[in-house]
Amino acid sequence: MDLLKWGRSPWGEWVLTHVSWNLFWASLFAGVLFFVAHASYMLFSAHRKRSSEETDALEAARADLPAKIERHNMSARLFHWVMAASMFVLLFTAFLPVAGIRFPWVTWHWMAGLVFTVSILFHIVHASFFLDFWSIWVGPKDIPEFKAEILRELGHEVPGPKSGKYPLGNRLYHLVQVVAGIVVIITGVLMMSRVRTPLFTRNPYLFSDFTWGLTYVGHGLAGVGMVGLVIAHVYFAVRPEKWWITKSMIFGYITRRQYLEHHEPDRWRVAGGGSSAKPAGQA
Amino acid sequence: MAVIRDVIPAFELYQPTSVDDALKLLDRYGTDALVLAGGLDSMDWLKDRLKRPKVVVDLGQIADLRGVSDLNGGLEIGAMTPLTEVVRHPLVRERFSLLMQAAELVASPQIRNQGTIGGNVSQDTRCWYYRGGWNCYRAGGNICYADTPTALNREHAIFDADRCVAVNPSDTAPALVALDAVMVIRGPNGERVVNAEDYWVGPGIDITRMNVLAPNELLVRIRIPATFAGAQFYFEKVRDRQVWDFPLVNVAAAIKPNGGNIGEARLVVNAVAAKPRRLRNVEAAVAGKPRNEETAKMAGDMAIVGALPLRHNAYKVPLMRNLVKRAIRGSEGGTWTS
Repeated sequence: MDLLKWGRSPWGEWVLTHVSWNLFWASLFAGVLFFVAHASYMLFSAHRKRSSEETDALEAARADLPAKIERHNMSARLFHWVMAASMFVLLFTAFLPVAGIRFPWVTWHWMAGLVFTVSILFHIVHASFFLDFWSIWVGPKDIPEFKAEILRELGHEVPGPKSGKYPLGNRLYHLVQVVAGIVVIITGVLMMSRVRTPLFTRNPYLFSDFTWGLTYVGHGLAGVGMVGLVIAHVYFAVRPEKWWITKSMIFGYITRRQYLEHHEPDRWRVAGGGSSAKPAGQA
Repeated sequence: MAVIRDVIPAFELYQPTSVDDALKLLDRYGTDALVLAGGLDSMDWLKDRLKRPKVVVDLGQIADLRGVSDLNGGLEIGAMTPLTEVVRHPLVRERFSLLMQAAELVASPQIRNQGTIGGNVSQDTRCWYYRGGWNCYRAGGNICYADTPTALNREHAIFDADRCVAVNPSDTAPALVALDAVMVIRGPNGERVVNAEDYWVGPGIDITRMNVLAPNELLVRIRIPATFAGAQFYFEKVRDRQVWDFPLVNVAAAIKPNGGNIGEARLVVNAVAAKPRRLRNVEAAVAGKPRNEETAKMAGDMAIVGALPLRHNAYKVPLMRNLVKRAIRGSEGGTWTS
């Protein structure tokens, strides 16, 4: 199976042109395989959650916390859903023709790409200056949490750290999406100089054939990777034990009990008082 | 690009005598097979060594695919019918002289003797970057060499370019669209019938194909309904040479008069986009109007709305406008027939 496609440039050199669409099917298969494997595993999982007695005790001790705790403010939620909608349009316009459903997809694709790009730029500014920027990133400080999560998955009672605002898996997923997103945006914006849009003067000779080949391959690899990533994301969003997170992306808040059950208050500090409250340090 | 015009690559030649046998071969070999009708387009690809099929399926022995016959006042034409036979057939001349005119303007007498109507409508584009073996979008690459600031694109598209700017070079295609023809396609799952207007595809839909034929399908027949039999027809082709050349622009018109005015009309222009361009807005606008200079001017002006010429083909815009104008008004060079 060819993973990449090559062509001969006018100068007789072999240059990359595209990724093979076999990779799309591979990514689709990997995404589906992941959710089947994970769902099967979860049926028999010995995952240990914080016990209800422990959560009861915590809730009694933290009666000062509001009943509803804001997890995602309106701006963050709007960003998420606009970005998600543009992502679906991008994936469908890119891959439905590959799957045999033919339609004029290019204009829809670059327009959705622009929405995606603008939403990501908004998110970078919003997260950098108005949210707790570091809460979504992964680093050495998370190694104890990683060890604890592994042990809990294996059925052990571990007193170690729970997650901060975002679960470890969520942060790792975000990291991969950042890489794929940056690649797909940069290459996509460059590729717009090869199609007719009202925004750019066409300039197919912006780069050499070799560099264009890398650009197309980078866009393709990130794009097919997104297929598997989005399948995994949607899968976790609809899993019953994750609904509380999904609901928070719709309604914006989680309950005090969910906060105490799933999070480490020391790692995600919430200001007390009132019937609802914003996390400390968040606008 | 390597162009070797003497020796074609080796392949296995099959000459089936029935459509079923041909379809079995296409199903067996898929994209490794090349279908040969008259061979005038295919042999170019082979001699240039740009297509290297393992198998060539020559349809020349399938008698069932040849001939013109009556079909309820319309016509049924086998896809392998030579263009000369189309031109000379009395039923074509009597009922659909538009098709006769279009077929008669294809290339040269020798080519019309060998070339088939199925091959003429299904031929590949003539973009020389593509046919020269350059790795463009249409060839599976990621660039259109004809749509660059320095490209030689005098013959290319002024409408509906979507990354690729190649045009459809067929003369009979616009005539068939104007006559409301349907294309009968056979494949492993049986027969399907496609309106001529939908037979060709633009690059936005599929950048590597000119028509809807899958690798395991064959165009077997073209059916022309009686709708426009005996109507008033106009066909004009503008080309660089007076014979043996592809159109720079051609126009096909079929009009059923209503009193002294235009009744139902079909207007189709080719070689301005990757598929024949039916001018529905013009058809609607001229219906009910007299065939005079004023109507013709309006039609010509409407026809070119949305044209987006490339560096070297802006001439196609006034050319198309004038051809549409003449198709409504008539001209000294091209005359109305009925």
